[in-house]
Amino acid sequence: MNVAYVNPFVGATMNMFKTMLNTELKPGTPMIKKAPLPTYDISGVIGLSGEAQGSIALSFPKIVALKIVSALIGSEIKIVGPELTDGIGELANIIAGNAKQHLTEYNLSISLPNVIIGKDHVIASPSGAPTIIVPFSCTFGEFAMEVSLKTK
Amino acid sequence: MRLLLVDDSATMRRIQKTQLNGMGVTDIIEAGNGEEALAQLQANMPIDVILLDWNMPVMDGFTLLQNVRANGTYAGVKIFMCTSESEKSKVVEALKAGANNYIVKPFTPEGLKEKLGI
Repeated sequence: MNVAYVNPFVGATMNMFKTMLNTELKPGTPMIKKAPLPTYDISGVIGLSGEAQGSIALSFPKIVALKIVSALIGSEIKIVGPELTDGIGELANIIAGNAKQHLTEYNLSISLPNVIIGKDHVIASPSGAPTIIVPFSCTFGEFAMEVSLKTK
Repeated sequence: MRLLLVDDSATMRRIQKTQLNGMGVTDIIEAGNGEEALAQLQANMPIDVILLDWNMPVMDGFTLLQNVRANGTYAGVKIFMCTSESEKSKVVEALKAGANNYIVKPFTPEGLKEKLGI
């Protein structure tokens, strides 16, 4: 298993936060997810298909998601609603789109974003696909990215 | 300048609108997909610029680009793709289909201004 494919997603996440939020992210040590584990409260999920299949999910505690989307739109939002879910979905979309320029050998297409809300929800990966979890911290708080990609 | 802003993300439209307002562009019409954009185009000409996302439900941005470029009525409309699709092949595809320029998300206000040439 080559886990180097996670690097473009880490780079794209850091670039997104730097460019649109003027925020430096600190990535933690990537871990292989060995069993379905609960994530945070809100996850933006993008499907990846082509010569490889999988998904990328960005998962946030509610308070962190609210702070990030508020900063993105320049206006404070306080409740979980359409503004928050749209913002988290767009974040995931931008990161997936940017990362795939470094994964051209897989000829990847990206799906429209889905957003999952619920405390301790679990994101299941495609059968047999390794999932890498990358924790991030920044001034908004902590969140995590889960990348799952199964190559043919 | 009248600008048609086409993106399925209301968050992205809000970000772009704020940045465009800061550049003095205030005559802005919004659409959430290509089909809505075609209706807005027909109803609100003259439109000078379309700022266009690629991946959208109902009708994607590339299909809208092809539709607009196939219609002589809209020959003077400048189209700027603004998308997370960052691969070189996508940029080439859009420019060949008649896009005037290509902006990759994420972008800064300065980067957006430079690409739009305003």
